[in-house]
Amino acid sequence: MTTSLLKYPSQAVAKPYFIAAIGLFVGQILFGLIMGLQYVIGDFLFPEIPFNVARMVHTNLLIVWLLFGFMGAAYYLVPEEAERELHSPKLALALFWIFLVAGALTIVGYLSVPYATLAKLTGNDILPTMGREFLEQPTITKVGIVIVALGFLYNIGLTILSGRKTVINVVMLTGLVGLAVMFLFSFYNPENLVLDKYFWWWVVHLWVEGVWELILGSILAYVLIKTTGVDREVIDKWLYVIIAAALITGIIGTGHHYYFIGTPEYWQWLGSIFSSLEPIPFFMMTIFAFNMVNKRRKQHANKATVLWAMGTAVMAFLGAGVWGFLHTLAPVNYYTHGTQITAAHGHMAFYGAYAMIVLTIISYAMPKLRGIGTAMNNRAQVVEMWSFWLMTVSMVFITLFLTAAGILQVWLQRYQPNPLPFMAAQDQVALFYWMREVAGVVFTIGLILYIVSFFVKGNPQEANS
Amino acid sequence: MPELFTKTMARNIYLGGSVFFILVFLALTFDTTARLPKRDHRENITEQVALGKKVWEENNCIGCHTLLGEGAYFAPELGNVYQRFGQSKDAIKAFIQSRPVEGIPGRRSMPQFNLSEEELDAVAEFLKWTSEIDTNNWPPNING
Ligand code: HEC
Ligand code: HEM
Ligand code: HEM
Ligand SMILES: [Fe+2]
Repeated sequence: MTTSLLKYPSQAVAKPYFIAAIGLFVGQILFGLIMGLQYVIGDFLFPEIPFNVARMVHTNLLIVWLLFGFMGAAYYLVPEEAERELHSPKLALALFWIFLVAGALTIVGYLSVPYATLAKLTGNDILPTMGREFLEQPTITKVGIVIVALGFLYNIGLTILSGRKTVINVVMLTGLVGLAVMFLFSFYNPENLVLDKYFWWWVVHLWVEGVWELILGSILAYVLIKTTGVDREVIDKWLYVIIAAALITGIIGTGHHYYFIGTPEYWQWLGSIFSSLEPIPFFMMTIFAFNMVNKRRKQHANKATVLWAMGTAVMAFLGAGVWGFLHTLAPVNYYTHGTQITAAHGHMAFYGAYAMIVLTIISYAMPKLRGIGTAMNNRAQVVEMWSFWLMTVSMVFITLFLTAAGILQVWLQRYQPNPLPFMAAQDQVALFYWMREVAGVVFTIGLILYIVSFFVKGNPQEANS
Repeated sequence: MPELFTKTMARNIYLGGSVFFILVFLALTFDTTARLPKRDHRENITEQVALGKKVWEENNCIGCHTLLGEGAYFAPELGNVYQRFGQSKDAIKAFIQSRPVEGIPGRRSMPQFNLSEEELDAVAEFLKWTSEIDTNNWPPNING
């Protein structure tokens, strides 16, 4: 800990964001385990924590920790790319606490009072936005999110616009602005369910298969520049091509959610054609990452980061590209719509693309933010890499078990000559839910190991570079 | 490859492609919203149906159930429950009303929401209206 390892001291505000992200990630997984048990022991923790409450906590914590991760990533990489200090580190720190407290209060609200009471207490009558999947937050929390997003964009935007405008920074900013703009559709909740659903996807789909891909692409590009030393020109060109493919396929690709919700039939064609091209940008990310690592000009000391970056590229393609394609054609989706197949895909895609890219940038930035060096000591890296494999492999198994459960569910409940009612079909596939829960426990062990890796001390003999 | 395909070209494809497809998407959205009235039968969205949607939302029914295939996969699809329950709003109301407070031992349980008579009527009416949306024949059968 001699001179700072950060090029710009203001990058340091990223650190609390990353710590909060990891903390909330732990909470997310605990509630995942609770739900996994409720799937097989139906009355587990009932009526104290009904399934729907656990689910809100699980998915909302996921979204919030990813947002903390994205913001931390922006605060870390934007100043370095712009070659200037962050416009206002004080604002960044204030927004951190506002976001954390608002998020914590919301989760406490979910857990401590019935949802209907929470709706009443927070004045859902004035502007009803609650009670829709992923958008369960009280309206005032949503307003809070918008305020934090505005302050954040102002801070990041001013930094970028008055500094060196690299492709990474501009793409990152576009993605973050898109994230905030699409979120505004969460305030539109018409009485007509079909319209509600139509625009609900403008938040959910246009996030994960639209603007978030810009954020993903730019963080990946940044980490690859830093760890491989490959020429920026080459990386910039790749980044443009990837995000071009993402938006060209992903925007009309929204149509894969408009097959059976009351929208016109032509979406079955449009959705099928465009969304089956959506794997392309994810595939390009895989090629991109492997290519850059093969062409590397230096061996970076942080091997764990390189592993996370490659892992992201592979798992995002598997989860989003392969498992997305599996059920995206309208005739297939007719049978798989709203089954465990969807859950299988949702898990691998969210983990592979967005959880892993946040873990990648944390792995890269944390040793510097903590004043340790460009990398953790070898022993710590080995533990981190173990946690990578435990979490990633168990996520593959979670996906496989849910896919098996989903295929059986489709057969039993929707396809065979004498289809079973929902609850009867669920009983038949319970074995796979048990196996998913076991894989979930292994995932949790991986996560614990991940946290342990931050505290592993190096071998005293090991030379510090 | 290096000079044939330049960074500027890549950027232009990104910008041109995105703007083009955003415009196409907006045009399709315009067309869809113009066609929807025939498919969603919005003339039947009474005050009661609107209240039913609010009851649906404020009790987070979507946190366990799917509705038209979207939501959670823990409990039965409800987009066609009106059909499954023999087109009986009373059966839907009776089911919701009769949930035991402590749940059903060992079985996935639905909470007792203590809804008022007005709210029960509204939610049943909302589920009836939902079952009449033209969903291109989804779900494949009565089990949802
Ligand atoms: C905590 C999870 C949970 C929540 C929240 C929930 N339900 Fe349920 N619901 C269930 C389960 C589980 C079943 C299946 C019960 C059984 O078969 O024993 C069910 C069954 C039903 C059924 C009968 C479906 C059928 O085909 O048998 C209706 C109707 C229903 N729920 C309506 C609602 C409404 C309306 C709400 C919101 C006010 C709601 N549910 C909220 C879990 C939930
Ligand atoms: C990283 C990117 C992606 C993420 C995070 C993601 C996540 C999800 C999630 C969470 C859902 C469930 C939504 C709900 O609750 O209703 C979903 C649904 C769906 N996704 Fe993705 N997805 C991604 C990319 C893709 C891609 C590239 C494709 C197509 C190739 C795809 C195809 C689908 C389809 C067809 C559904 C609807 C499933 C149904 O009918 O029930 N997804 N996705
Ligand atoms: C211990 C491991 C985990 C378990 C046991 C678990 C369990 C569950 C369960 C039971 C659901 C509800 C499914 C339903 O609606 O019926 C769910 C939803 C979800 N979980 Fe997990 N989860 C785990 C880890 C994760 C991780 C690591 C991620 C992503 C990083 C994740 C993302 C999601 C998403 C996006 C949904 C919504 C899916 C959809 O709507 O289709 N989960 N999870
Ligand atoms: Fe999608």
